Amino acid sequence: MSNKTDSNLYTILFAIGMVLVVGALLAFTASSLRPMIDANKKIEKQQNILYAMGVNENDETSVTFISTDKVEGEFGKYIKKQLVIEGDKVSEDAKAYLIDVKKQQALAKEGKTRKLPLFVGEKEGKAFYIAPIRGKGLWDAIWGYIAMDKNMVVQGVFFDHKGETPGLGANIKQRFFMDDFTGEDLMSNGQFKGIAVSKSNADPKNEDKTDNEVDAIAGATITGDGVSAMIKSELKLYVPYFKTLK
Amino acid sequence: MGLLSKKDAKLITDPLADNNPITIQVLGICSALAITAELKASIVMSISVLFVLGVGNVVISLMRNIIPSKIRIIVQLIVVAALVIIVDQVLKAFAYELSKTLSVFVGLIITNCIIMGRFEAFALGNGPWRSFLDGIGNALGYAVILIIVGFFRELLGSGTLLGFKVLGDPIEKTGLYAIGYENNGFMLLSPMALIVVGIIIWVQRSRNTALIED
Repeated sequence: MSNKTDSNLYTILFAIGMVLVVGALLAFTASSLRPMIDANKKIEKQQNILYAMGVNENDETSVTFISTDKVEGEFGKYIKKQLVIEGDKVSEDAKAYLIDVKKQQALAKEGKTRKLPLFVGEKEGKAFYIAPIRGKGLWDAIWGYIAMDKNMVVQGVFFDHKGETPGLGANIKQRFFMDDFTGEDLMSNGQFKGIAVSKSNADPKNEDKTDNEVDAIAGATITGDGVSAMIKSELKLYVPYFKTLK
Repeated sequence: MGLLSKKDAKLITDPLADNNPITIQVLGICSALAITAELKASIVMSISVLFVLGVGNVVISLMRNIIPSKIRIIVQLIVVAALVIIVDQVLKAFAYELSKTLSVFVGLIITNCIIMGRFEAFALGNGPWRSFLDGIGNALGYAVILIIVGFFRELLGSGTLLGFKVLGDPIEKTGLYAIGYENNGFMLLSPMALIVVGIIIWVQRSRNTALIED
């Protein structure tokens, strides 16, 4: 290294210059791409909701959403109502799918009433009630959408995660895991029980749909526990609404 | 290799075996443990590192004469972090599906010590073209080990390769499972990656005793 680059003044000036250049570059990239990223996120939410109620382009083993150019139309076609539940009050809101579950959870923690979005879909004459859920995995957030019938029997699910371990916890978004939930009852003898991701249910083919359990993923215990916990704590909040449907 | 001089070609071939970043330099072990439970994740990570290390090495090499030596590590860190974040943002805007697959790897790439290691050991003292070759070579060396480890962990741990059930179905008891074979769930846990890497190191050093250090 030459003497020039060793001086304190040079070092400080270089540091300042570098911070300014990199900062400006990142800020420029982030703000110029923001609208496109937001639009993608919106589409993704619609795709996820439709996926949970079985509107997707899956083949035997893949997880394939309805294509991005069709999703807007299909969402309008299949989702009949978007409800917002606030305490005892239920209202319709066509933008309910944009409600940020994370923010609402924070509100509930402060003791305020939280808005609970619920999407009512209809496919082949059958009604689906789809609720978003959100919780913690091993490394970061996990979330999903659960489609139920009016008796809170699961009709389909979609899970996603921010940073679970590839090959282990990240497998919660694979078919072999998500498909196990279909048909499982969230209730047990008239009481809400949830669905636990269990390592010891001795039912790997998941034939017993009334045990409130699905088979866990090997090597992903904490992520699996996170899935059980978010199903339990989030869907419990919807129980009073489902009671009014009977 | 007519395209490269002998010396340049060595930059690519050395890290594949006798100067492998994982087994000899012992860099990048953390990601080799973390994401090799599946072959597919290993391959995705390898390609990502190939890209970041190739480009990053060139950027650092171009800046090598103006980087103040006292803060060079921080400068390197900023370069690689900025590079990765910009790529991530661009993918999110134009290839959202792809970015979802890669987002898990973003944090792992920034903290991958192979990248910082090569910046520090090579790019700071060599020209852009040679630095580029060194980056590609080391990323390929990294990829070889990752793919070997991923291959064995997925095959023995889940009985699949790239998601295909090559050994039969463990639940339906077909293929190998019909005669009593079981998956070894232990292979899915990180410690087994270390053992697989250890076996590779053992095999490599017993074949080339010059690599053994006292």
